[in-house]
Amino acid sequence: MPDTPPCVLEVRGITKEFPGVRALRGVSLRVDRGEALAVIGENGAGKSTLMKILAGVQRPDAGEVLVDGRPVTLGKVADALELGIALIHQELNLADNLDAAANIFLGREFRNGPLLQRRKQHEAARKFLAAVGLDIDPGTLVSTLPIGRQQLVEIAKALSVNARVLIMDEPTSSLSARETENLFKVIRDLKQRGVSVVYISHRLGEVKELADRVTVLRDGENAGDLAREEISHDRMVRLMVGRELSQFYQHAPHAPGEVVLAVERVRTPAHPTKELSFQLRAGEIIGMAGLVGAGRTELLQTLFGVTPARGGTIRVGGHTCAPQSPREAIAAGLALVPEDRKQQGLILEMAVRHNLSLPSLERDQQRGFLNFAAEDRISGEMIGKLRVKTPHDRQLVQFLSGGNQQKIVLGKWLAMRPKVLLLDEPTRGIDVGAKSEIYGLMEQLAREGVAILFVSSDLEEVLGMSDRALVMHEGRITGELTREELSEEAIMQLATGREALAA
Amino acid sequence: MNPIKKILGISGLLMFVVILTAVSSESFTSAYNLENLIRRTALFGILSVGVAFVIITGGIDLSIGSVVCLVGCGLPWMLAVQGWPLPLALGITAIGAMAVGLMHGLLITKLKLQPFVVTLCALLLYRGLARGLTGDQTVGFGNSFKELRMLATYKIPIVEGFGIPVPCLILLVVAVAAAIFLNRTIYGRYLLALGRNEQAARYSGINTDRMVILAYVICSVLAGLGGMLFVLDVNSAQPVDFGNFYELYAIAAAVLGGCSLRGGAGTIVGVIIGAALMQVLRNMITLSNVIPTHIEFAVIGAVILCGVIADELVKRYAAKKRAERQAAG
Repeated sequence: MPDTPPCVLEVRGITKEFPGVRALRGVSLRVDRGEALAVIGENGAGKSTLMKILAGVQRPDAGEVLVDGRPVTLGKVADALELGIALIHQELNLADNLDAAANIFLGREFRNGPLLQRRKQHEAARKFLAAVGLDIDPGTLVSTLPIGRQQLVEIAKALSVNARVLIMDEPTSSLSARETENLFKVIRDLKQRGVSVVYISHRLGEVKELADRVTVLRDGENAGDLAREEISHDRMVRLMVGRELSQFYQHAPHAPGEVVLAVERVRTPAHPTKELSFQLRAGEIIGMAGLVGAGRTELLQTLFGVTPARGGTIRVGGHTCAPQSPREAIAAGLALVPEDRKQQGLILEMAVRHNLSLPSLERDQQRGFLNFAAEDRISGEMIGKLRVKTPHDRQLVQFLSGGNQQKIVLGKWLAMRPKVLLLDEPTRGIDVGAKSEIYGLMEQLAREGVAILFVSSDLEEVLGMSDRALVMHEGRITGELTREELSEEAIMQLATGREALAA
Repeated sequence: MNPIKKILGISGLLMFVVILTAVSSESFTSAYNLENLIRRTALFGILSVGVAFVIITGGIDLSIGSVVCLVGCGLPWMLAVQGWPLPLALGITAIGAMAVGLMHGLLITKLKLQPFVVTLCALLLYRGLARGLTGDQTVGFGNSFKELRMLATYKIPIVEGFGIPVPCLILLVVAVAAAIFLNRTIYGRYLLALGRNEQAARYSGINTDRMVILAYVICSVLAGLGGMLFVLDVNSAQPVDFGNFYELYAIAAAVLGGCSLRGGAGTIVGVIIGAALMQVLRNMITLSNVIPTHIEFAVIGAVILCGVIADELVKRYAAKKRAERQAAG
């Protein structure tokens, strides 16, 4: 088809704002026919938002989308599908109680009046399943298929609506090595047939293997493109990072004390084959970097007893403890400020004072009765110390801002005087002012001898706040960086799966 | 919404129904009717306080009526039919009620079964057990156990011809203990916290499983106490329908009284006023010449529905007001 333009999908100058955040700023991207384009960038660089705009899930605030060189409006997913653009979600979007054929033709069933034409539908489905290299019976229940095959069913579904562009958000994140290989084979076949694939990946090795071209995003802007022959691990990392470290953090190195948290060969239920070991000293702040899904949150949850360890030993202050519940972890001197503040950190419909005192109630009790004097003291002290902005201490927490809510979570643990403070994304979704207050507080606590382990996807934060950093990749700690060794490049190298840097 | 406002609202509704009934029927204010009304309110109030604890955890207990039946039939069966000594019979009743609640709690927390399913099965199970135990025959105390029955039937004379029934005092003791437990102990706070957000409560170091189990034990024990008083009051129990639908009266009273089925909210005072409202409504229908008695359920259902709708509308209005205030400044 010589008159078909090579470029099937192009966006120019896409801008998208969410309340308080500008996710994308003038981003452009182009996909050619039969091309595999990888979109890479740090967490929060705007990759997922861009994919959602391409698939019509979200509407851009500004910018144009062109399909086959003609400007179009993608208001809904149906619009995008109509034009042959299909999104394969990270969490697959299949009804797993239905069979493969029913999923492929969901909403477009073969029917005769109100009756399904099962046989016809199965025949039609077989064709699309074959196209993705799946030789399963179309009547197979999706729930009985392994995750890699479910993904192929979803791709078959996209093909059945004549998709010409497949958009995939981290398609390999939950696949085994074999499944990944198979997926790549299917993608190469599809390319042969003129289907284009745009995909997000955090695994630079796979990008090198599969991509014809790479588009790099950074802080919601285009950071650069790499052609096939230019793709290398180092170049990708440099484009993903490349920015100045702000002077936002007032971190003074500490003289760490004795080891308060010793983790030896601990295995988490999320990555039961990977052993994790590290030590944390009193007054030390360790930042834990890694990409989303590297197993950092899972490690904190295991240390805190939410998902008990599968093996290994955890010692807090010299005593071995194998917390089977948060209760046991708290008794050993641990505290967790969880990533999901609203679900795990706070009781939103309870008053500020009641949230602040909740963990301390048992310690301060008077033979089972509430100690209102102690509650008053904790509530007053924490609201003052953390400068929580609330009209009064009986205000429901749900009416506070994100930053003040996070201060409540911190406050309820400070009242417990923990030896080890675990923080999971402590400043996510918090405005700049509250952020710097939380950094100041971490500093102060470290000076008072609290050992702090914080997980963050914000590289600047890891660089700015850590005495040492641990980097995780796919359930393993791939490296440890001292303050001198810390750099965004070093972290990204380790976070994308490169073991040790050649000096 | 502010629980005090909620209590005021439901009290207003109660007053309204009381005045309406008093005006429309002379016999409403007779000493006999009032004593009866107070006794019924007290008996159902005990069940309602129990289920309030479970509802506060975000759960439900559908087995209350069947526990009432099991105890209501089991006690006279042990005492009058088998002739077992009183302390033994009371001991078995108390331990049995606790065991029942413990079982519900364990199934719900450890096996993670849904409260609705567990207690629905329990509803069928205990009803069947009671019928099997008694051979489906009506059991009662006859003319014996007069002293024991005074727990339910005796009235403490106040004025000539009017006395306060003993169950009213029992409810008072139960209610005060329950209110202190809920508002003044750390365990009450834990229940309210985990009812709002169990995960966050667990992350705060609360043994949420144990607290949930405790709530189900309290509920079943109070259902057992209620069942005992019910049978002492009426003197005989038919296993096939004794206590039928009582769980629904209890749940309805708790909900009317401000317990949210989503968990985490409720006051003991509100629940008791709710129970009183239910009984006054029933009394109004019984006494009324206009409303036929057999449509009782329809009237009660309609009144509860109206109450819940009004509550929701007030809540929305308050939320809108708040949003406007925030937008303004």
